[in-house]
Amino acid sequence: MKSTSAPTPYTLNHPRWYRKRVSTYWWFQRPEYLRFVLREVSSVFVAYFVVLTLLQVYMLSRGPLAYGNFLNLLKNPFVIAWNVISLLFVVFHSITWFNLAARAMVVRVGGKRVPGVLISGSNYAAWLVVSAVVAWFLLRG
Amino acid sequence: MEAKPTHVRLEPLLWILFSAGGVVAAFLIPVHLFLQGLAFPLGWAKAADYSSIAELVAHPLVRVYLFVLCSVPLFHFAHRIRYTLYDGLQIKHLNEVIALCCYGSAVVGTLVAGFLLWNIH
Repeated sequence: MKSTSAPTPYTLNHPRWYRKRVSTYWWFQRPEYLRFVLREVSSVFVAYFVVLTLLQVYMLSRGPLAYGNFLNLLKNPFVIAWNVISLLFVVFHSITWFNLAARAMVVRVGGKRVPGVLISGSNYAAWLVVSAVVAWFLLRG
Repeated sequence: MEAKPTHVRLEPLLWILFSAGGVVAAFLIPVHLFLQGLAFPLGWAKAADYSSIAELVAHPLVRVYLFVLCSVPLFHFAHRIRYTLYDGLQIKHLNEVIALCCYGSAVVGTLVAGFLLWNIH
């Protein structure tokens, strides 16, 4: 058969591709998805910590009385409970971040790639040291 | 067409701030939050008194430290939550508004931190 027909003219109305609608709650469907979203949500608690710290600095600058009120606020059971949740999220961020570092950083020694366990391990060790130094500054009265 | 290249050039900077903030948050925030938010209020450890805390915070290096501790994690938060809202809730049509609110709040927070820490005596 002879192909005499001209090439198909370009149509302005491009057909819409069929795409399955993804549920808004897709992140509930699998544990990995949920873990991913919880990791991302941890950043909200990072922001909360910054707000808390700035509030503390502000109260500190307003004198002993204001600072004392701030410290009393921190003793409120609801604030304590919120801080427990925040701490869990922030620690979750640290763990996921250090574990990710092992995959993101490619370190080669003598032409060989340093195994990921060693990289995240050194991150955890550094975390301990840094935490101890910060604690030393905050604890010495 | 004019606005596009600016956006592209800004993205690496935002990513670097996100990454730096992630490192700062991962290393420093847990110990701070544990001590200031739980151990001191619950009496597990004794906090330094007002005058020594005030003296510590007045030190220039401590102020720089606190500025970094507050500023870059805010950009980490902004970047993460921007993309979580973008992917998670499928509200792509609000992309510009979300980006503006997220990075805007990080910029405001940084300015507030700078102002507060600069004015400590």
